[in-house]
Amino acid sequence: MADFKLRRSLLYVPGNMPSMLQNIPIFNCDSVIIDLEDAVPLAEKDAARHLVKRFLLNYTDRNKELLVRINPLDSKWGYEDLKVVLPAMPDGIRLPKADTPEIVERLDTLLTEFEEELEVEIGRFGILPSLESALGVINAVGIANSSERIFALAFGAEDYTASMEIERSRGGEELFNARTRVLWAAKAKGIQAVDTIFADVSDMEGLRAETELAKRLGYTGKCLVNPRQIEVVHDVFAPKEHEVEYALQVIEAIKRARQLGTGVIALGGKMVDAPVVKRAARVLRTAYAHGMVDTLIDEEEIHGAQ
Amino acid sequence: MKIVKKAQAGTMQSSDLMVFLEPAETLSVTIESTVVKQFGALIRAKVDEVLEKHGIESGEVRITDRGALDYAIEARLETAIMRATEG
Repeated sequence: MADFKLRRSLLYVPGNMPSMLQNIPIFNCDSVIIDLEDAVPLAEKDAARHLVKRFLLNYTDRNKELLVRINPLDSKWGYEDLKVVLPAMPDGIRLPKADTPEIVERLDTLLTEFEEELEVEIGRFGILPSLESALGVINAVGIANSSERIFALAFGAEDYTASMEIERSRGGEELFNARTRVLWAAKAKGIQAVDTIFADVSDMEGLRAETELAKRLGYTGKCLVNPRQIEVVHDVFAPKEHEVEYALQVIEAIKRARQLGTGVIALGGKMVDAPVVKRAARVLRTAYAHGMVDTLIDEEEIHGAQ
Repeated sequence: MKIVKKAQAGTMQSSDLMVFLEPAETLSVTIESTVVKQFGALIRAKVDEVLEKHGIESGEVRITDRGALDYAIEARLETAIMRATEG
């Protein structure tokens, strides 16, 4: 992906709680998802969207990505959520129950209409679809390709396990296939994949284990239910010192190889070629975002001059 | 707009406020706040501004403030007005 935006931590904030909303500027997560859906009682849907709108209009010095989780488009609140909140310019919409490509396409069309009305650039509002049912997981590939606004796919295990009529376990074995399928769809499209929430705020060890699993599989971020979870997630997603060092060596090695007129070279007895360089480049971009290296690696270093 | 029925909005959580609206012949605004000494006038100014924006000229307005900021006052009052004015 051309623009590399770090999305390790996407923190849910209930939309009807001023005390949480006004802390958004000081949370050190990469993104927040202001929730108009499950965190808001049915009788307060109108109140929450007005509160979120006023909060966003007032939050001019923005320092993180701001997403709003609207109610499902087939509910009686979804459209009204968009109508009230979009003029306050969130960065994107988290779409719950994105079970089919058609649902996302519908949101895409609505966003285009609002962008025209608001006279802002078409494509300004991004979409983060939630794949949180058996149907959504099956349709992951189609959904990933349903709109150019989609910057990541999010896996939602709570609703997914409900739709599967199973319990969610601490080890997460029951999620394995779904997690992988969402990931494949995201990687095939070249977008990010965001893992599900970990609901037990007191279990930091469990959070760390689950985040490590998600990272190993290929997820680039995780949704959070409490600001206390941010630190663990950032720690897991941060490249380790030795990974960064090795990545720097790989880049140096491939530069030497090119001087010798080849695209492959040995480093410490291991072969370094294009895929290895690509992985090293990803580590270094993440390291740069963490402030672990000073310069952002450029494309020429990764691919060589034409 | 005209307040045609009783309505309320908001919560009693900290940083929030409750707004109560009732139809009345004249306009009256009462504010109860833990910080009424320091911020009573500012809260009142915000309330007046929002009422005027929505063309509310009569009704009983009661605010119980729990240390809300301006954006929350505006939002809660807006919601209460919408609830009190819809047919």
